Amino acid sequence: MSVGLLGKKIGMTQVYGDDGVIVPVTVIEAGPCVVLQVRTQGVDGYDAVQLGFDNIPRGKAPRSVRGHVTVLGGRRQAVRKSAGVEAGAKAGCEPKRFVREFRVDGGDHGLAVGQVLLADSLAGIQFVDVIGYSKGRGTTGVMRRHNFHGQPASHGAKRVHRHPGSIGQSADPSRVMRGTRMAGVYGGERVTVKNLRLVRTDNENNVVLVRGAIPGPVGSYVIVRRSEKNR
Amino acid sequence: MRNKLLDAAEKSSLRAEPLQFAVGDTVDVHTRILEGNKERIQIFSGVVIARRGSGTSEMFTVRRVVQGEGVERTFPTHSPKVAQVEVKRHARVRRAKLYYLRERTGKATRLKERRARPWEVQVNDNAK
Repeated sequence: MSVGLLGKKIGMTQVYGDDGVIVPVTVIEAGPCVVLQVRTQGVDGYDAVQLGFDNIPRGKAPRSVRGHVTVLGGRRQAVRKSAGVEAGAKAGCEPKRFVREFRVDGGDHGLAVGQVLLADSLAGIQFVDVIGYSKGRGTTGVMRRHNFHGQPASHGAKRVHRHPGSIGQSADPSRVMRGTRMAGVYGGERVTVKNLRLVRTDNENNVVLVRGAIPGPVGSYVIVRRSEKNR
Repeated sequence: MRNKLLDAAEKSSLRAEPLQFAVGDTVDVHTRILEGNKERIQIFSGVVIARRGSGTSEMFTVRRVVQGEGVERTFPTHSPKVAQVEVKRHARVRRAKLYYLRERTGKATRLKERRARPWEVQVNDNAK
């Protein structure tokens, strides 16, 4: 059973489909992902699977991160053990840089802590959703950020060609409505692209090909999950 | 392309045996065409005037003159729809893009023929 995968955006290219038609694809390095934790209704109040992707060198990982994936030992642990506290299962893998949970409420996922998921765990799925962080664009004007039209180039327009124009009414209500679209920081936010066709999974290179573009710069981490709508 | 994962993803869409032709060659391009349910081969012949791109996005442009009207078609080099590219004639050219042929008509469009280079001859034998 597949819940989804964590991956890294590699870039875009094009491949030929079975009928000889060019398909634009994004290459995602997906996996190996290790199951770090299994959340259950009884213990955590919800059902989820926690995956980890991409190693951090042990020397650079904080103790909390290392302790999440393996049993570190130490005095405190020894005390807890002698007191009869049962420690949670550990994956016993290298510390992971990118850790995310997938909700599986009510579903039987059949995954155990320490299990490794490769790209082919998505095989057989037709459509996926990809979640990433869009490229940060810094402070931008309204034309770029909200696709405003700006103002005329001529007919007496002066120094306002890219301005928003009016932002509201007059004495009544004497304020700007909340949520009025203005200039500001654009990009660098979580974006979900839904219903992308899964073109291919390649276990050898741990690569997944998804039709079309996905958010974020090349090299950024993304979450690939089974499509919510189009299962 | 630099990233090896990108290369690996493209690999299955590339031709096993790359097409052998050069800019300036007069070629017959055999394309597969679906008519209803039947597939047949259509041939477009002309001079290769440009070759651009790399990997799966590589394209080449073939120019010919039909009834006094210049016609250019651009083919994806690695498309499975391009069945074969048959080289009829090599020509001596001094640039990679022969766009100057567009401004010329009649005798001025002729390119000077050159002999096939050793590796080109060998490939033609294999094709037969």
